[in-house]
Amino acid sequence: MTTLRAWLTDPSPTSRRQARLGQGYLAWLRIRRNRLAMAGLVIVGLLLLVAAFAPLIAPHDPLMQDLSRRLLPPGTPGNLLGTDDFGRDILSRILYGARITLYIIALVAVTAPVLGLLIGTVSGYFGGWIDAVLMRITDIFMAFPRLILALALVAVLGPGIGNAVLAIALTAWPPYARIARAETLTVRNSDYIAAVRLQGAGAGRIIWGHIVPMCLPSVIIRVTLDMAGVILIAAGLGFLGLGVQPPMPEWGLMISSGRKFLFEQWWVATMPGLAIFLVSLGFNLLGDGLRDVLDPRSAGK
Amino acid sequence: MVLALGGGLLTLALTLLGLLLFTFVISRVVPIDPLLSILGERATAAQYDAARLELGLDEPMWKQFLIYLWDAVQGDLGTSIRSRQPVLAEVAHRFPATLELATLGTVFGVITGIPAGVLAATRPGSIADQVVRVVGLMGYSMPVFWLGLIGLLVFYGQLDWVAGPGRLDATYQMMLEFQMTQYTGMILLDSALNGAWDMFRNALSHIVLPAALLGYISMAYISRMTRSFMMNELSQEYITTARVKGMPEWRVVWVHAMRNVLVPLITVIALSYAYLLEGSVLTETIFAWPGLGSYITDALFAADMPAVLGGTVVVGVAFVTLNMASDILYRLVDPRARA
Repeated sequence: MTTLRAWLTDPSPTSRRQARLGQGYLAWLRIRRNRLAMAGLVIVGLLLLVAAFAPLIAPHDPLMQDLSRRLLPPGTPGNLLGTDDFGRDILSRILYGARITLYIIALVAVTAPVLGLLIGTVSGYFGGWIDAVLMRITDIFMAFPRLILALALVAVLGPGIGNAVLAIALTAWPPYARIARAETLTVRNSDYIAAVRLQGAGAGRIIWGHIVPMCLPSVIIRVTLDMAGVILIAAGLGFLGLGVQPPMPEWGLMISSGRKFLFEQWWVATMPGLAIFLVSLGFNLLGDGLRDVLDPRSAGK
Repeated sequence: MVLALGGGLLTLALTLLGLLLFTFVISRVVPIDPLLSILGERATAAQYDAARLELGLDEPMWKQFLIYLWDAVQGDLGTSIRSRQPVLAEVAHRFPATLELATLGTVFGVITGIPAGVLAATRPGSIADQVVRVVGLMGYSMPVFWLGLIGLLVFYGQLDWVAGPGRLDATYQMMLEFQMTQYTGMILLDSALNGAWDMFRNALSHIVLPAALLGYISMAYISRMTRSFMMNELSQEYITTARVKGMPEWRVVWVHAMRNVLVPLITVIALSYAYLLEGSVLTETIFAWPGLGSYITDALFAADMPAVLGGTVVVGVAFVTLNMASDILYRLVDPRARA
């Protein structure tokens, strides 16, 4: 353990990998000191674990109805968080719902930033009129109200998980394009880019192989921060009946089904909302901490 | 300055054009045939063709877009399929309710968010700072529709402190419609102007919960930005000078630093106002608030696409205009941004 730490913190690394891992280790030490960020990390880790092992930890089948056990309050033996109007176990549904939430944010996280990176780096690298046009388009999309546009898109495409993801991704890319462009502008005139160009590399190769990696850290931080918003929009679409369809255990949908008996059986709507809140708080805490640690510009503030 | 204004207006026009192009494209990929939904299933082929010509659906796409654009500029956003009324008239009828809610929400957000942000900025790292930070992050993480339900459950269902969903009790609603002049469509203002203080109190007890919840969301954003602006300002040299002169700390913070913090804060407040206009969609469905948001969602479930898109355009225009207005205002107020 001590030798590993000594290797990681070696002031004169012998290989590029050692230097990189050493940097990562230092960042990790800084994150570990930030208690709120660690809390966020724990929550996000829990989400991953729950999603992976839902069938093992869930006490019941999330879809199994038992009308003799309808609307049982929390604390009932066998149904820790109570049951819903079809007698389904709320805890099991929340645990399985983690899979759907994770599925949605994973899909958005691999589509929107990629689109943003592509537009931002191309815009920053080529400059000139390409830059002007692409950035104008980005500005226009940036000025749109996201939830309403996602709503209108899903209304047209038809409800469903795929369309919800598409609608969210189509409204989420502009910030990534801005960030990627800003990063590109700072590196595009550096010597190493000139060296690669002199070796005969084409624009595509330079952008993909040498500029995109430079943009990744700031984009990843932004993705983490955005995930909370994505979860909320996805849950909102689900709540309106435009996202995931019943009987899938999506959290927003569960809240909307509990709305009918809010005043008599409060737990049906409350419990899944707590899950949404907790997970999106986790991403916010983690993203906030990551930004403080990894982004030197805001670290001074 | 004129240049900044011109540039801002040009961006505004381009953005609005983009918005209309977006809704146009959406409306043309709708799998629902607009003619069938207007004429009904039993229309004859001749009726169908006539309607097709009348609506200009035989024209090339770019020409259809120009027609759509021209109509929109003149205030024609189409006709609602459900009510056969012009969408713009219906939306105009609903808009004051949303405006009232979002305005009160922003007021709540400003009067709680700015002091909270200043408190956090003047004692960085303290318990107060941590509390403001966590409370703010919680506001960012709350699904607003869920918060609304919990609010109803606690403050209406359990404690009975506020009135339930809707803008007014039924009796007052009748009074409003038959006995009063509705100057603005905003009930708080109208009832006050009519001197109907009973009704004012009733309306207030209906609006206070949804507005406070929206205000919480906006407070989360405003307090966070105030903190970062204020910390930035407090590290400037003129602040040190003021302190060295022996100026009381409250004066340093609230008069000297605040004056410069307010400049970027204008943008933040405008943004959060725009965000509340949009965010009220979900809140309105919870509180049965007859505003723009519930208009759009109701239309959505009735497959009334002209109403959905018309509503989207109006919210979009309000959103974009607020955005741009704050941007222009910022450039006018801050001399550094003019260069």
